[in-house]
Amino acid sequence: MSIQNISLSGKKIEVSNKKMTFLESLYLVAIAKGLVITIKHLFTRKVTIKYPEETRELSPVYRGQHMLMRDDEGRERCTACGLCALSCPAEAITMKAEERKPEEKHLYREEKYASIYEINMLRCIFCGLCEEACPKQAIYLTKSRVMVKSNTDREEFIYGKEKLVMPLDMAIRNTQMQTAN
Amino acid sequence: MDQAIIIEKGIFIVAIFAITMLFAMYETLAERKIAAWLQDRIGPNRAGPGGILQPLADGLKLFSKEEFFPATQNRFLFICGPAISMITALMTSAVIPWGSSLNIMGRDVVLQATDINIGILYVFGVLSIGVYGIMIGGWASNNKFSLMGAMRAASQMISYEVAMGLSIIALTMMTQSLSLSDIAAGQHGWRWNVLYQPVGFLIFLVCSFAETNRTPFDLAECEAELIGGYHTEYSSMKMGFYLFAEYASMFISSTVLAVLYFGAYNYPGMDWVKDNAGANIASILGIGVLFIKICFFIFFYMWIRWTVPRFRYDQLMKLGWKMLIPLAIANIVVTGILILFFDNNLHL
Repeated sequence: MSIQNISLSGKKIEVSNKKMTFLESLYLVAIAKGLVITIKHLFTRKVTIKYPEETRELSPVYRGQHMLMRDDEGRERCTACGLCALSCPAEAITMKAEERKPEEKHLYREEKYASIYEINMLRCIFCGLCEEACPKQAIYLTKSRVMVKSNTDREEFIYGKEKLVMPLDMAIRNTQMQTAN
Repeated sequence: MDQAIIIEKGIFIVAIFAITMLFAMYETLAERKIAAWLQDRIGPNRAGPGGILQPLADGLKLFSKEEFFPATQNRFLFICGPAISMITALMTSAVIPWGSSLNIMGRDVVLQATDINIGILYVFGVLSIGVYGIMIGGWASNNKFSLMGAMRAASQMISYEVAMGLSIIALTMMTQSLSLSDIAAGQHGWRWNVLYQPVGFLIFLVCSFAETNRTPFDLAECEAELIGGYHTEYSSMKMGFYLFAEYASMFISSTVLAVLYFGAYNYPGMDWVKDNAGANIASILGIGVLFIKICFFIFFYMWIRWTVPRFRYDQLMKLGWKMLIPLAIANIVVTGILILFFDNNLHL
């Protein structure tokens, strides 16, 4: 066995350069076989998904845009502990903590809250580690199909609390559904 | 009477021109659709229902492109190239018999622009002028790649013209006529020439692939080696003309194939239709049959394109000179012997 023929992967096949017979050298048989193969493909199911009309089925572990949750009384859950920012492999999360004043008790659940909470959507890789790290179950990656809108301005991709915090009416609806059950 | 025939022929010629153009237009869409279907895709479907307006959109796009001229010495020839390609692609349709005669208001209308008695020779003459369109365009581009593409195309077309001509000789030995209308009429009912000349048909088919520069013989525009071949330097509608000419000549060569070998407008049971439904109905049905045959060959061209990879240049030359030409000569000899054997009654 020469060095050229050794196949470590076991996949290497020796090329045969045998002379073609007369029938083979006419190519006609081979072409006819090829035509049969291609015509079969004419009737197979097409794999294309016509995007705006049809959408691809989402994976059960699909992760969409983030949302900062509220509890059943509509207060923000986030306590600005910074664990999400710490766990974030893309370093997309920034936050600034502030102490809750007595008159803000109906707004924030814990004594400390995030006065600024920003996710840079250009850096975020939607891995979901922030969701796993959060001890207060404040941040979630939703199943939303809404993608981050394209923009020419980088600043626009830094999503602040106004875009991330769960809308109040959604929180109210959730609570109503829970009490109804 | 004379004036009437001018009007009649005028209308007919315009109609043929329009049909050729329409076919060439929708061949571009058909090509993309069939390519997609053969590759398990859907193809263009956004412009109009099912992509029906796609050719218009393509044309509009080409028109709005920049009209580029390379630093060439001869602008006139540069413009001549696509023009000659287009003209030769359209000229062949003059001698095609599109159907047997129609009887309109007591007049026998012959469905052929002109019935010259050397129809086949005319077709070959026009086909060989087609080389000049590519050659002049490629040469006037003042670009190595264009010239190489043009050289390849020219040598390919000239080589395959020989085999094509030889395959036709065997056919004319049987039909005893060079006139396309005689050949068409001689294939009455089921007596299609392909049944008597299968080898000749095969040679002619292969050669018409080469003559129209279609895969597997599209060396002229071999992207990997020659950028775009002879139309590298062309842009805008001049480029569009080259592409359009290719599709128009594909339509015409499908027509020639159908007329010479697949019985033109003849179909089995045409006599029955003529006796029961009248000559006009039979004739119109014949035109429909011819167009079905043409559509089949156009589909076959595209089917082959997405099946067979391109030949290498030496393989192309070997196939042309060493295989097709000897085969064509052998075909002539065998045909001659058979005609002699059956006492000239093979096809008469």
